[in-house]
Amino acid sequence: MFRYLLKSIASMVPTFLLASVLVFSLMHLMPGDPAGVMLGDTATPEDVQALRVTMGFDKPIYVQFYRWFTGVLRGDFGQSIFFHTPVLKVIRERAEVSLFIAVLSMALIIVTGIPVGVISAVWYNSYTDQTCSGASMLAASMPTFWLGLNLMLIFSVVLGWLPSSGFPSIVESGNLRDLRYLVLPCVTLAAPNSALIIRLTRASMLDVLKEGYVTTARAKGLSEVVVTMKHAFRNSLISVIAVVGFTFVGLASGTVITETVFSLPGIGRLVVESVLRRDYPVIQGIILVIAVAYMLVNLAIDFCYTFLDPRIRIT
Amino acid sequence: MRIFLRTLLKRKIALAGTGVVVLILVLALFSPFIATHDPMGLDPGVRLQGPSAAHWFGTDHFGRDLFSRIVYGARLTLIGGMGVVVYSVVLGVAIGVLSGYYRQFGFVVMRLVDVVMSFPALLLALAFLAILGPGLTNVIIAVGINFLTRTARIIFGLTLKLKEEVFVEAIRSIGASNLRILARHILPNLMSPLIVQATFTFAFSLLQIASLDFLGVGVPPQIPSWGNMISEGRIYITRAPGVLLFPGVFIVLTVLAFNLVGDVLRDNLDPRFRDQFGGR
Repeated sequence: MFRYLLKSIASMVPTFLLASVLVFSLMHLMPGDPAGVMLGDTATPEDVQALRVTMGFDKPIYVQFYRWFTGVLRGDFGQSIFFHTPVLKVIRERAEVSLFIAVLSMALIIVTGIPVGVISAVWYNSYTDQTCSGASMLAASMPTFWLGLNLMLIFSVVLGWLPSSGFPSIVESGNLRDLRYLVLPCVTLAAPNSALIIRLTRASMLDVLKEGYVTTARAKGLSEVVVTMKHAFRNSLISVIAVVGFTFVGLASGTVITETVFSLPGIGRLVVESVLRRDYPVIQGIILVIAVAYMLVNLAIDFCYTFLDPRIRIT
Repeated sequence: MRIFLRTLLKRKIALAGTGVVVLILVLALFSPFIATHDPMGLDPGVRLQGPSAAHWFGTDHFGRDLFSRIVYGARLTLIGGMGVVVYSVVLGVAIGVLSGYYRQFGFVVMRLVDVVMSFPALLLALAFLAILGPGLTNVIIAVGINFLTRTARIIFGLTLKLKEEVFVEAIRSIGASNLRILARHILPNLMSPLIVQATFTFAFSLLQIASLDFLGVGVPPQIPSWGNMISEGRIYITRAPGVLLFPGVFIVLTVLAFNLVGDVLRDNLDPRFRDQFGGR
């Protein structure tokens, strides 16, 4: 088991290196001079030259990569062109609301997705199953921004139950009542991902319920609840947990939309603003930070596996 | 094809899905004949009106006819979705098949594919659009990157399996060249899973293209794509909910229809490959 975990950690190194090369080359893929593109059409040639020198664009490409990569390893992602502050500082300032949304949505996804999936599988082909499957298919086919705008129209504008936009920092004020600002964004973000988990839990439960050991458990005279929860559910959990990693990537994409719809000052909104401002160092920084976060989530999943699946522990 | 049609008739919901696909196709092909107004024609006198006999779906904040804009939007939707499908399938298959067939090449390329897959799809598309600039072609390229890697992953796995099959070994033993094995024996066997993958790619690429339009980095704002219509109309949703409702319903219906058709195809085309698709 120890060797398996070490191997998982070691395999992160080349992945991280490749991800860095990819993120770095993104900036150099653009046609023309990066400094000129960043400054826009109105810049004078002197301005462009000055930026080239400060950003190091006049150096050979491998020197630029070396400088950038060693900087990244030290936690220095460069300077934001728009804010004139370090990229990491810009990201950190916007992280609070994004983290809140991500964690709360993830909780919502697990709390709704897994039980509904299990119920759908246990009552296979019943009306409950058909309703749940239909609803999850519908949720997966809905654009996140459209769902968000509809929820905003119904619950904020028409009913007036919840605030429609904005978010006062909870860490600063300590006022937990402000969490109500996050109810609609979290529901919006969780819905399509919940749908995915419902479908996968259902599929994996259906597979497990066909297994011989489930029939054996029933034959022993165990109650249906014990068979479902102890024998079937625990085994189907292994494949469901793998999907949590995927869901994380889905969440990162979803926050971009959700934060735009509800005007939340988070990292997702920052990405869109940076794209419109052509603030490349910030875009690079965010993508790399999220890729690393994804790798860490996958590592955590590997750890979970070793506890859930004895077959891995032995090898 | 026959099995597909038979299943369609049996499963009414899938039949409904196919009906919607045909409807969108008709809207896209015959837009000039179906649209009742000029989709770009401004008429400030009838701003933000509800549905009426003159404007079936009402009008937007410039007085443009929503129904006609949705009809023309179907064209953009299909071009966008088809673009992503063609581009991601052609490149994805090439990368997947070659990586599966030539192991050393595959080892390196698949690592790269894994890395690209570890970036959130929308963020990657946004980064590419930051570099390429807006426009439909660039949107297709940016969105397609992610689907290309997914297709390559699936095709890679299938090629690895096919390569070990007895019939491939038999053909190789009679002296067939690599090119002949790939073109005549491996590729045709990949068709069924590819069709399924293409259907799901179409559905999910529509969602992403619409999202990019909504964020304001997709096709230019005056062009009547469904995502743009919602993005432009969002500040008026309290006065004219139609600007949110109608384009949104069309997006949901189209994506849902392709998902339903994809589900039926997956369950019926080739049982050997059923496990390859997670359902999304």
